[in-house]
Amino acid sequence: MNIIVLAKQVPNTTEIKINKETGTLIRDGVESIINPDDLAGIEEALKIKDKLGGSITVITMGPKKAESMLREIYGMGVDRCVLVSDRVFAGSDTLATSTILAEAIKQFEFDLIIAGRQAIDGDTAQVGPQIAELLEVSQVTYIEEINHITENTITVTKQNEEYSYIIECKLPCLITTLTDANKPRYQNVTDLWASFDKDIISLSNIDLNIPLSIIGLKGSPTRVKKTFTKPITKKTPKQELNAQDAAKVIIDALNPHM
Amino acid sequence: MDFLLDERHLLLRKLFREFSINDVKPLAKEVDELERFPLETVEKMKELRMFGISVAKEFSGSGADYLSYILAIIELSKQCATTGVILSAHTSLCVDPIAKFGSKDQKERYLHKLATGEYLGAFALTEPDAGTDASSQKTTAIDKGDFYEITGSKIFITNAGYADVYIIFALTEPSLGTKGISAFIIEKDMPGFTIGKKELKMGIKGSATCELHFEKVKVSKENLLGKLNKGFGVALTTLDGGRIGIAAQAIGIALGAIDETVKYVKERKQFGRSISKFQNTQFVLADLRTKTEAAYLLVLRAAILKQEGKPFSKESAMAKLNAAEVAMEVTTKCLQLFGGYGYTREYPIERMMRDAKITEIYEGTSEVQKMVISSYMLK
Repeated sequence: MNIIVLAKQVPNTTEIKINKETGTLIRDGVESIINPDDLAGIEEALKIKDKLGGSITVITMGPKKAESMLREIYGMGVDRCVLVSDRVFAGSDTLATSTILAEAIKQFEFDLIIAGRQAIDGDTAQVGPQIAELLEVSQVTYIEEINHITENTITVTKQNEEYSYIIECKLPCLITTLTDANKPRYQNVTDLWASFDKDIISLSNIDLNIPLSIIGLKGSPTRVKKTFTKPITKKTPKQELNAQDAAKVIIDALNPHM
Repeated sequence: MDFLLDERHLLLRKLFREFSINDVKPLAKEVDELERFPLETVEKMKELRMFGISVAKEFSGSGADYLSYILAIIELSKQCATTGVILSAHTSLCVDPIAKFGSKDQKERYLHKLATGEYLGAFALTEPDAGTDASSQKTTAIDKGDFYEITGSKIFITNAGYADVYIIFALTEPSLGTKGISAFIIEKDMPGFTIGKKELKMGIKGSATCELHFEKVKVSKENLLGKLNKGFGVALTTLDGGRIGIAAQAIGIALGAIDETVKYVKERKQFGRSISKFQNTQFVLADLRTKTEAAYLLVLRAAILKQEGKPFSKESAMAKLNAAEVAMEVTTKCLQLFGGYGYTREYPIERMMRDAKITEIYEGTSEVQKMVISSYMLK
């Protein structure tokens, strides 16, 4: 089983602040982490490999500093890490990013592609589905569990807001995983130490040869007109209550018809 | 404080830190109060491959360096000194001497399983009447032709009962004193070998500390570690390394105590403001952090010297002497900043203070470290 996992290095948004003047994220001094939904995807891939064997290739698109994330991912026991990086990719929106990643994926053999549902710095959830369309493979998004997998098919539980679907899908396909799908394993000392002796395959547009008209800022139809923090307008009065009364107030607020 | 570490060390430390905070810290209070050996943590540490950090890959280790192992001890001990010493006794006192003095056959038989954590290791030198005076050993190993027959007792043995392999010391030539001591590798199931009384201790309560008894234990000649009658040298060399592990444990305890105290003094309010606003709090914490970082650098110096194969006996004694004293001072003064709450078991600081004390005693008391250091000065 050849599995490709897509991963993105993101700022730890639980610590992040917004520049009030420009409305953009202040990334300086904020720790970079592996996007949580992607980490769940890596763990699912490792579980499949534990069961069926095969090879896991992790692909990320980003600047050179994303290499440190790939070292950590090597530390979890994946086989190959790929950094897709080029100045001409800068400013890509989700469509251009999907175009680039789809071309990168075509450089490798695959039976299954796993992407995280969405990245915590953009929350679009568009890249996975767009890649599946570009590669013309089936896709199932919002996966909370892989129920069963064989060499030819995969059965997954797809989360919906109020209920879940169980879906069987022929391989090759693309799935997107939710953070809740699993508890990712720790890295291990052996693989983490050895990660510095392993090659990170690097792909640029010299390798992918994508027309400049469909990548980068120029190839991105999305235009961000304004980003802003939604001001808090509604204020509720502070109440000091004991636990029992407080619970009642919360229940009443959540269920106004009860 | 990280200028001696490279990118690899920082990534490993991040792993050790996350593991210690997520999986070790939540058990620390219970392990102490119930005096319970944290077997479930040992299982997880196997998965992280922490039992053979600096062992070569050809013997199933991780092939990382000694500094990486020291970082693991520090991060574990910040949250739970018991867990720190389980790894330190295993690695410094059992894995290291087999890697250094073991025959090819001994490494094949023991090192692989110790490095993966399938076997846990221990070390037994101290006897009821031979503590600092380690030359007064009474345990004997009589040459019976094909095998040695070992009889005697050891005391205060860390990991006892949970360890699978023990490095022990016995007299092979009683008339020669320290020149008649040999080292042996003992397995837990050897007939005649039993675990005795478990000690009830002041600190590191989850660590198993027991007596060992040997009643005519038949030990194959293949299990002699190092050369015949050269065991005392094996013990001293092993303890030189062990001291760096204990010094790292002391640094971990001190850093853990400072972390807890910084958190507490920001929350605790007296006279209408948090006690972190008072100059006494600020100055005490500044002093303690400075002393701890200085102590840490002495530990790294000893670790790097060992790693590079240079002499480190004096430096490891200095590192342990100082780190242990700093750990005692830091935990005592941190507890004082906690005031009455610090004296209760609601907060971890009293446990840290009790745990710190052992670092001034085991693997050579502070006085032994001074004997080692001065012996280099007054040669």
